[in-house]
Amino acid sequence: MSKVLVVTSGKGGVGKTTSTAALGAALAQQGKKVVVVDFDIGLRNLDLVMGAERRVVYDLVNVAQGNAKLRQALIQDKRLENLCLLPASQTRDKDALSEKGVARIIKELRTQFDWIICDSPAGIERGAVMAMRHADAAVIITNPEVSSVRDSDRIIGLLDSKTEKAENGERVEKHLLVTRFDQTRAGRGEMLKIDDVMDILSVPLLGIIPESEQVLRASNLGQPVTLANPMSAPARAYSDAARRLLGDVVAMNVPMERFNLLNMIFGGRAA
Amino acid sequence: MNLFGLFKRQEPVLATAPVARERLQVLLAHERASPGQPNLLGALKDDILEAISRHISVGPEAVKVKLDSRNAVSILRIAVDIPGKVKLSKAA
Repeated sequence: MSKVLVVTSGKGGVGKTTSTAALGAALAQQGKKVVVVDFDIGLRNLDLVMGAERRVVYDLVNVAQGNAKLRQALIQDKRLENLCLLPASQTRDKDALSEKGVARIIKELRTQFDWIICDSPAGIERGAVMAMRHADAAVIITNPEVSSVRDSDRIIGLLDSKTEKAENGERVEKHLLVTRFDQTRAGRGEMLKIDDVMDILSVPLLGIIPESEQVLRASNLGQPVTLANPMSAPARAYSDAARRLLGDVVAMNVPMERFNLLNMIFGGRAA
Repeated sequence: MNLFGLFKRQEPVLATAPVARERLQVLLAHERASPGQPNLLGALKDDILEAISRHISVGPEAVKVKLDSRNAVSILRIAVDIPGKVKLSKAA
């Protein structure tokens, strides 16, 4: 059975695209057939984070408008054969994507993939609603910071009202993914704790991604962090989160970087 | 640079996270009750009815939920009409 998952947050810059790439790759590494779909029309970036920016020919809008076939627009990942990307368009026309077109694409993707992961644009406008419209489940990306938590609360309201599931009286399965978390600062009372964020939003926790230089390093290289450095703390955190999505019971902790002498001598660049 | 500054004891870090938590709780309680969420009272009523029906048999018309907003606070009034007299047995 296929599952449509939306990665959303309300606020921009909290790690939606990074998380889409990392979770998509992690699920593919677990053997699932995965497609990551960029819904950020006009500001596409998932292609860049996935390292496929030079391979984009057709995009989501072309397929939605019937100007290209789905298989012409899908880009297969060079590292994982069961991972595909459906890029967004660069058009400045925000209404280029029609509801009917999206519904048709999602339906077709469901026949080909186990997981359809929709990378939502920031905001609470049409684009964000379009990305969550057909979702069975949602991953809400939240930084332990007041504005991000508030915006996540707004997005949760939309998930409960604007999705197809909500309109049919069902519920979208919700998961909280806290990113850029700093255990030390939270311990000192300088940063919201995980329990605070969970209490305020009342959404079960999918994972905790620690603040890490590895995330920027991976996006510099155009690689999902789970592929760029699988043993790094954020990669392990994303892999654990992906396993929880698959229903595995994985103990919840904040992965820490493992230091060894070689890393310390060569500045952690020994890859 | 003040060399003496180096030897001064570091100021204790103020724990600001509890402030953030409290501000968010107050703000979100308010925002969730505002017109952004038109069906808050309906959802509350459904949940209250469900909780009460687990113990006492009441119909949906028995539960009345009302929200009064004043300047700084909102008061949620919940009234439940229960037919007949309910006996409470004291727990040991």
